[in-house]
Amino acid sequence: MARDPTRLLTHRLARWVDSRLGAAKLVRTALNKVFPDHWSFMIGELGLYCFIVLVLTGVYLTFFFDASQQEVTYNGSYAPLRGVEMTAAYRSALELSFDVRAGLVMRQIHHWAALLFLASIAVHLARVFFTGAFRRPREINWIVGCTLLILALLNGLFGYSLLDDQLSGTGLRIVYSITLSIPVVGTWLASLFFGGEFPGPDIIERLYVIHILLIPAAIAVLLAVHLAILVRHKHTHFPGPGRRDDNVVGERLWPTYAAKALGLFFLTSAVVAFLGGVFQINPIWIYGPFDPAEVSAASQPDWYMGWLDGALRIMPGWEIRAFGFEIPNPFFPGVLLAGITFLLLYAWPFLEARVTGDHAEHHVLDRPRQRPVRTALGTATISFYTVLFLGGAADVMAATFGLSVNAILWTFRILVLVLPPIVAWITYQLCKELAARDGVPIASRVTWREIPGRLRRRHAAAEAD
Amino acid sequence: MSDAPRQVAGETVLTRRGVRVELASAASFVVAMLASIGLAVVYWQGGQPQAEGVLLALALGGIGVGIVLWAKHFMPNDEVVEEREPLESSEEDVAAFTADFAAGQSSLRSRRVLVATAGGACAALGVAVLFPIRSLGPRPGRGLKETPYRTAPIRVVTNEGEPLRPEDLPVDGFVTVWPEGHTDAADASTLLIHVRDSQDFQPAPGREDWTVDNIVAYSKLCTHVGCPVGLYQAELGLLLCPCHQSTFDVLEHARPIFGPAARSLPQLPLDTDEQGYIIATADFSGPVGPGFWDRDR
Repeated sequence: MARDPTRLLTHRLARWVDSRLGAAKLVRTALNKVFPDHWSFMIGELGLYCFIVLVLTGVYLTFFFDASQQEVTYNGSYAPLRGVEMTAAYRSALELSFDVRAGLVMRQIHHWAALLFLASIAVHLARVFFTGAFRRPREINWIVGCTLLILALLNGLFGYSLLDDQLSGTGLRIVYSITLSIPVVGTWLASLFFGGEFPGPDIIERLYVIHILLIPAAIAVLLAVHLAILVRHKHTHFPGPGRRDDNVVGERLWPTYAAKALGLFFLTSAVVAFLGGVFQINPIWIYGPFDPAEVSAASQPDWYMGWLDGALRIMPGWEIRAFGFEIPNPFFPGVLLAGITFLLLYAWPFLEARVTGDHAEHHVLDRPRQRPVRTALGTATISFYTVLFLGGAADVMAATFGLSVNAILWTFRILVLVLPPIVAWITYQLCKELAARDGVPIASRVTWREIPGRLRRRHAAAEAD
Repeated sequence: MSDAPRQVAGETVLTRRGVRVELASAASFVVAMLASIGLAVVYWQGGQPQAEGVLLALALGGIGVGIVLWAKHFMPNDEVVEEREPLESSEEDVAAFTADFAAGQSSLRSRRVLVATAGGACAALGVAVLFPIRSLGPRPGRGLKETPYRTAPIRVVTNEGEPLRPEDLPVDGFVTVWPEGHTDAADASTLLIHVRDSQDFQPAPGREDWTVDNIVAYSKLCTHVGCPVGLYQAELGLLLCPCHQSTFDVLEHARPIFGPAARSLPQLPLDTDEQGYIIATADFSGPVGPGFWDRDR
């Protein structure tokens, strides 16, 4: 028979720790924590694992990257650029790609992981939206999540702007001009952020500190808060037998869920490693060093900035000039649209609660078809940003299909206004039919016509209940 | 005794001391306010480090003093007792934890092949991802054991790159020199010292012809932790390292005679070329600077 288990080293070590921390009860609660099993609940997890990959590969890159705008002459192993004047930042990125062993694969894994990080955040956001997981008591976590999205967007943008190749320099040129377009304070903001007029003598050094320290630290803290709140609330679950608002049905953390999560971490890392190894991304040596006087067609940002780039292209050439001042054109797509986007995003849980008058606690998720209005608004919003995103590729489409850029832009200008209502109407009808077919009760009895009135009457619905 | 206001016959009354403390507290907040304004003005006027430091200290300190006075005199300071719970978990909690943990663990235990192969896979991955550490720097190689003098014979030159003749260095004089063309090579800094005739210079065996006209050359890097050995006491013929006071006897092949250094300074063999300039005829007598594992190999 086996030895007395209390004499095992692991057992004695556990007792030693417990006698100093008294953690047995707490850890047991953690081990027995229940996580509902649904494929859509993994998407946020993917983002978390991408972040871990980003930190690990990012640390490796910092050992070699030189965030300096000092002008140097390239003399490295990539022959086509030998003798070319460039910044030390761009040179060190070239060295990372060609001379540091495992440098290129780390750079490409880092970039692919960033793309996937943003993708999983976006899809996770959509999942939370369409299932109503943002409702009370999860509004705070919705706000934390939206902040994480903004931080991730900014850090992606700042990350690829560091390398000072032609493409990233073009991106910074646009960032500078959008900053400059802000009424009253724009000139000051742009000058303070870039350290002067574009290209700005200090911008790379500043972006570097922001990219590798400030934003990652903020993301790490907010991720911890995001997860702590998740643990506090316990996970939501989809409707099903025995699933109520006062329980949670799923698997225990130990050992099944923990093993699955660990497996998912390895799979996520495997996917980005494969992408980083096999699919070239951001080949900065082809773009060449940044020269403010040059630009190439088909200058597209990373995918998650595409909607903003598209908005800049689709926007008609309007500016406001009055009393000797002006509001430049990029303000509307670059600042106003982005501002409204994130404002509505933050405000959504509160707006919806006001319209529906539903201020109760929810832990059972909605199926999208149960909430035709919300689902319709969601798909309409997605179609709006998809049109903007495609608008960012107008020049590429024109070149590829031999069409006129103007015709394509006009098409997008019309589509961006016309498509969302059509998508909303179709979604609404689909939801109602699907719900009727399934015999699922429509949870929200709010109709389109009532929405403005309900927004005006504060808490009228709540009082009526 | 608290200086908190008291209820006297239904009216709130401040004690005399309470009034004074409140004034002091408010005054320090006002000082902080004024200091902050001053700070902004100083910055506006072009900045001045001492004023900035003092005003910042006043602004922060004023807030600190104000808060502490407030807390000490106007907030409840009655002592209360909080019981300490035993740290160790109760036997029931431990038993419950052990049971739940073991229940999960048993599903691992029963798959010995999977545990072993998974452990092996993770260990192999752990080893493989350590390899890129190698990208951080080159193999140490011979760099630690060689200096640019390895291309000797080579002239020694001053910081300005000037070659030297023996007569350029007066008796008791000492000067830092470098191999020609390498005045920025950190491992090649060399001290040329002109010892007195009267001083009984004792060359190490085999180094009898390593000096030129009483001029001897040693590595300037202390064999302790590599500081430049910059102080020469000509009277005694002693070189002193200013970092940790290791002392080397110049007259006895720079043997360490005091302090933590345990090895002599490596000596550089000298001669003169056809133009009469001082040259090194070979690299140092040993690796320069601090010791390392395979120094003698």
